[in-house]
Amino acid sequence: MAVVFGRAGGAGTATPTIPPLVGARRARRRFGDRGFREITRAAGLSLVVMVAGMAAVMVHAAWPSLRRFGWAFITTSNWDPVAEQFGALPFIFGTLVSSLLALLLAVPLGLGAAIYLSELAPRAVRPPVTFLIELLAAIPSVVYGLWGIFVLAPWLRTWVQPALGHTLGFLPLFQGPPYGVGMLAAGLILAIMIVPFITAVSREVLLAVPRTQREAALALGATGWETTRVAVLRYGRSGLIGAILLGLGRALGETMAVTMLIGNRPEISFSLFVPGYTMASVIANEFTEATSDLYLGALIEVGLLLLVLTLAVNGMARLLVWSVGRGPTVVRE
Amino acid sequence: MTTTRWRQRVSSLMAILTAAAAGSVILPLVLIFGFLLWQGAAAINVDFFTHLPKPVGEVGGGMANAIIGTLILLGLASLLGLPIGILGGVYLAESRDRRLPWIVRFLADVLNGVPSIVIGIFAYTLVVLPMRRFSAVAGGVALAVIMLPIVVRTTEEMVRLVPASLREAGLALGVPEWKVVLRVVLPTARAGIVTGAMVAVARVAGETAPLLFTAFGNRFWHQGLDQPIAALPLQIFAYAIAPYDDWHRQAWAGALVLIVLVLAVSLMARLVTRGRVGAVR
Repeated sequence: MAVVFGRAGGAGTATPTIPPLVGARRARRRFGDRGFREITRAAGLSLVVMVAGMAAVMVHAAWPSLRRFGWAFITTSNWDPVAEQFGALPFIFGTLVSSLLALLLAVPLGLGAAIYLSELAPRAVRPPVTFLIELLAAIPSVVYGLWGIFVLAPWLRTWVQPALGHTLGFLPLFQGPPYGVGMLAAGLILAIMIVPFITAVSREVLLAVPRTQREAALALGATGWETTRVAVLRYGRSGLIGAILLGLGRALGETMAVTMLIGNRPEISFSLFVPGYTMASVIANEFTEATSDLYLGALIEVGLLLLVLTLAVNGMARLLVWSVGRGPTVVRE
Repeated sequence: MTTTRWRQRVSSLMAILTAAAAGSVILPLVLIFGFLLWQGAAAINVDFFTHLPKPVGEVGGGMANAIIGTLILLGLASLLGLPIGILGGVYLAESRDRRLPWIVRFLADVLNGVPSIVIGIFAYTLVVLPMRRFSAVAGGVALAVIMLPIVVRTTEEMVRLVPASLREAGLALGVPEWKVVLRVVLPTARAGIVTGAMVAVARVAGETAPLLFTAFGNRFWHQGLDQPIAALPLQIFAYAIAPYDDWHRQAWAGALVLIVLVLAVSLMARLVTRGRVGAVR
């Protein structure tokens, strides 16, 4: 038989009244099935080819810069297109610092919101709040940037930064003139952008925790929070770490809003008030201006670093999220 | 101090704290929408939808070309991304291979997390460099690559939801497997697949970074798929960072139009599924 039964394992016995397929019909059917299978497999394979191709094409295009600078590319901080000297350290620094700042703000809020929505909130509250948080995830990055430039940055400049400077100004973190734009603004907008994402993925992870876990804790007399802490959070821990890493992956590669708010100055400073620059922003700002192969190669190498960084973070994150319960399910955007 | 009353207090305190966390996650949404409506509604008018941008210094004009450009780019991206994505999703759901589906699924999820600006570089090296110019096609390719993993994974989920009994009924009637998939499985999962496609479109509609050096932007009407093309997000970006007040007003108007477009597609996606998938489950 050319027909292979599906996963239900169709164990029915063939009735003798159905004539066996013979000759041309049988051949045609085989051909159809085989052809269909190969076409869908090709579509699946195209994804593999695409990811591999992406890496290969970028390495090729970045080659002039890779060969010329070697490791110095990521350890030096002189970025001078005129002299054709390229060191990407300030961008790497800016990307890491702004992303970590965003995580610092977004993780407690995101996890808290997810716990509230999946465990502690009254049933009637859950759907509307979940819906609102999903709306937040649908806002385009450039709109966050627009809002950041005209609302967030002026607010930081006139209220937050002077206040921080007065009270905590002795820390190197909060020194310098209040520009509004800078590392603090970038970290804040990133936090606002990744928090709905962390909330959504964490919520899915928590929902995947088996109900028996909760019932066991409740049966032992645990309160709502104790049940959450002992039975739910501990069970879903690796998935929650995965959710945080997914948020980190987002923050690392986020481009538009950060470009509009970080100030775009390649500087390494400990103060959050000072403008910085990120890997994604330098690509966004300078790519169309890159005139020589070496300059273009250097920018593509920055992109390559970003690709490697996010692949590592996301790969790890997916494995962790999959490890909780249901295996590879769709993570809603 | 681990009396029952104390433990209950801790529990309600945590409920309040996590509720506060949820509230502070939503607060920016309220603020952003508030400003969008306030600033955008004040700036929007009929000219915005019917006119080209005015040259620097002149007040007025609109973003009609960018709105059309965005629609063209979304059409191109769907044309390229949807067929491959849906077939790939069918492969993941139907295949009896062992290793390859796992790899494809993993790569799809990983590709979903690749920064869109990196995908822009990919489209640049793939399309812009050989053609030697920025073009609508390059922008479409970049957006299609971003759509692909979303479409693949939602299609897979939806096809998996189709009950095995339906499939077996077809096979038992002697219908070849490929016909069962095309005539029984896919139509049953149609609503879900359409939802996935719309979610993907909504996601790329606001993408800016991958268009910067593929579609590039254009201050005039659409001039052909092999030419640079305007896009709403690009125009918003350019106007927001420019030093002219009138352009800032237009950027707010553009952002309002863009968000209405994105939310309309997202909400439609929700409605399509609400009616149908429940029955399938």
